[in-house]
Amino acid sequence: MKRLLRILSNCALVLGLAAGVAVWSMLGWREALGLGVIGVLWLVLTRSGWRTLSVTRVGLSTLPQRLGSASVIVVGIAGVVGVLVALLAMADGFQQTLRSTGSDDTAIVLRGGSQAELNSVLTRSDVNVIAAAPGIARDTAGKPIVSPELSVVANLPKKSDPAVEANVQIRGVGQKAWKVWPNVRIVEGRKFKPGLRELIAGVGAEAQFAGLKIGKSLRLGGQEWTVVGTFQAHDAHDSELWGDLDTVASAYRRGSSVQSVIVKLTSPGAFDAFKAAVTSDPRLKVEVSTTRAYYAKQSEGLTKVLRIVGLVVGIIMAIGAVFGALNTMYAAVAARAREIATLRAVGFRNGPVVLSVMLETLLLAALGGILGGLVTWLLFNGYTASTLGANFSQVVFQFRVTPHLLWNGLKWALAIGLVGGLFPAVRAARLPVTTALRES
Amino acid sequence: MKYLHLIWAALFRRKARTLLTLVSIIAAFLLFGMLDSVNAAFHAGSQSALGAQRLVTSSRYSIIQPLPLALASRIAAVPGVEKVGHANWFGGYYQEPKNVVFSYAISPEYLDLYPEIRLPAAQRKVFDATQTGAVVGRVLARRYGWKIGDQIPLNSSIFPMKNGSKAWPMDIVGIFDVSKDAANGLDQALFFHWKYFNEANAFGSGSVGWYIEKLANPAQADRVAQRIDALSANSPNETKTQTEQAFQASFVKQIGNIGLIVGAIMGAVFFTLILLTGNTMAQGVRERTSELAVLKTLGFSSRSVLAMVLAESVLLLLIGGLIGLGIAAVLGPAVTRGSGGLVNLPALPPSTWVDGIAVMVVIGVLVGTLPAWRAMRLNIVDALTGR
Repeated sequence: MKRLLRILSNCALVLGLAAGVAVWSMLGWREALGLGVIGVLWLVLTRSGWRTLSVTRVGLSTLPQRLGSASVIVVGIAGVVGVLVALLAMADGFQQTLRSTGSDDTAIVLRGGSQAELNSVLTRSDVNVIAAAPGIARDTAGKPIVSPELSVVANLPKKSDPAVEANVQIRGVGQKAWKVWPNVRIVEGRKFKPGLRELIAGVGAEAQFAGLKIGKSLRLGGQEWTVVGTFQAHDAHDSELWGDLDTVASAYRRGSSVQSVIVKLTSPGAFDAFKAAVTSDPRLKVEVSTTRAYYAKQSEGLTKVLRIVGLVVGIIMAIGAVFGALNTMYAAVAARAREIATLRAVGFRNGPVVLSVMLETLLLAALGGILGGLVTWLLFNGYTASTLGANFSQVVFQFRVTPHLLWNGLKWALAIGLVGGLFPAVRAARLPVTTALRES
Repeated sequence: MKYLHLIWAALFRRKARTLLTLVSIIAAFLLFGMLDSVNAAFHAGSQSALGAQRLVTSSRYSIIQPLPLALASRIAAVPGVEKVGHANWFGGYYQEPKNVVFSYAISPEYLDLYPEIRLPAAQRKVFDATQTGAVVGRVLARRYGWKIGDQIPLNSSIFPMKNGSKAWPMDIVGIFDVSKDAANGLDQALFFHWKYFNEANAFGSGSVGWYIEKLANPAQADRVAQRIDALSANSPNETKTQTEQAFQASFVKQIGNIGLIVGAIMGAVFFTLILLTGNTMAQGVRERTSELAVLKTLGFSSRSVLAMVLAESVLLLLIGGLIGLGIAAVLGPAVTRGSGGLVNLPALPPSTWVDGIAVMVVIGVLVGTLPAWRAMRLNIVDALTGR
């Protein structure tokens, strides 16, 4: 009968713990902060709170004697949080770079069936038909603000290892490009001149590839080109080189075809009318989306993969860390068995004993979480990386260790501490006082 | 060996602690198995011996730039080239754009250049004779339930047909298996005739994506590559020729430094693991001080006590590590099969097992050394009196 009760109570404990972790994972920082404040108030203001505090203090005072095993908890949890936050920071950075590209009041037109500029081809007559569509903003001279663009890929040596060549995207843009991409600003040098074989390099491309300094020349499409400026857009364009549309087209023998047309709309609301007009025109067979939607879509696949990898790796590492914490805390409880039994013999109830072990574990876990987050933040915040994007060329992005990610890491740390501390705590309360006192 | 039962008994002296430690070790090596096999799969193409026997010729300026068909006969005439074939990337998808199909339009010689593609001779014959024929890898065929004799519409995200249709009708005439040393993903590829592609394609004809050459002697790779590139030097279609290995390696490098990411994660994991098992071993030996003293009293030499403690920690790592790698070996293919090839977790390659076991032994020795040293230096009298 007793045994059955014990099994039942253990089951209840596991279920309660699962529910607790589930609730905890859904808490926002405000609720969690509230919970923390209530906990502290209870500790300071109530009698049992005071007792818990004093038992915890005794436990913590023995910490220096078991630094080795305590550091298992701290380092184990720091590892979980560090890896998790770093992987998610990579996903966030990549997504942020592509999401901040484009706007709701510019639209990109591609050939029907194309998901990326690389696969698209439009003729000059298509461009003229598109430019005549309704909803396009006009400049002071009354001309539609439209930029036909060509996007080709070139091999350039990487700065990190000149033996390695990677793909860089070269965008040939129309003369209105500066109006459809208002984020793009020259930070050094000047704009390229139409008709000349001149290029400007995005800051991301300039940082990743060798030989893109102003004044340097490079061979593209069998011809010499000169870099005359550096631009910054704080988005995916930073990974590109820009040149004049017609010059790029002739170097890459594209004739008069282009790959995409970017139009500036009179307002975001004009998009639907523009899209309807262009897609229903029998002379055209095209795909239309806002530039924001187009770039956001390109980030989806990789971001998802990175998030899933981060979670899977994080969960496996967390399992390892939970068992490390269990091990440490069981050992701690066993080492202090006599002391705990003495406390209970002189009248301390189970509550403060259980809570003090839990508090100790949570403190160590929080320390690990903060340590892991801090190390990741120091190492990776703003770290520049690049990968192969949708247009078969390098997209440069930066890791973003956001407060939100750090908070999530801390939540994981505390959840691991909760699971790793509960069972040893219950064990401490269940030890029969008489046997524990007799144990040597 | 004769001390095995002693070591075993010492290891499971405290069952709870050993089991808890084992779970942590299992988790660490499960992760190692999965990450290392993914890493190996990414680099498989750049390490395969077959890849060293073939050259890839693509446009000097970028891989998306096509090459003229006329180059084929000139490359074939280069001394050292045994056979030449060519292919185009088709950018295919089935029914929906997210169902990407790795599809290539290939010349007739192409399949001969890839001995790792195992297509039954009878099916090969039908393929050669069917204009719209296509052969597909076993995994791809299983994913979409394609059978020989099916006609499927394969969409291209790049090339519409001359008649304006985006869906190219193709007849499945063969299903191939791939040998063990094939590049990852080859069993999910689809091959069809370049001739069909060239004739029915709405734009551009006579253009080739890249050429593949089989070398008569892999040692001559550099020289042959230079000769091939010399054919088109200073023309509008300059080429870049490299071994397939190098070609694949440059691709993987462009995706990102996967090895570095895996290395960093495993560094964090193993550092923690060393701390954790080291702690367990130290506790275990500390508790057993008097028992070890008894062993020594009975006549066990200091050295055999040292060896026993070391063996204990290595055994602990080996048990946990092998279970972890075992789970990874079962889990990977299970996930791959469960998702129908959509998630491709490769099976554990032998190199992962070898590396894993090496890591287990190294960590075992590392964490066992200090406790073992302490056990060896144990003074019998002090230990027995509990000093």
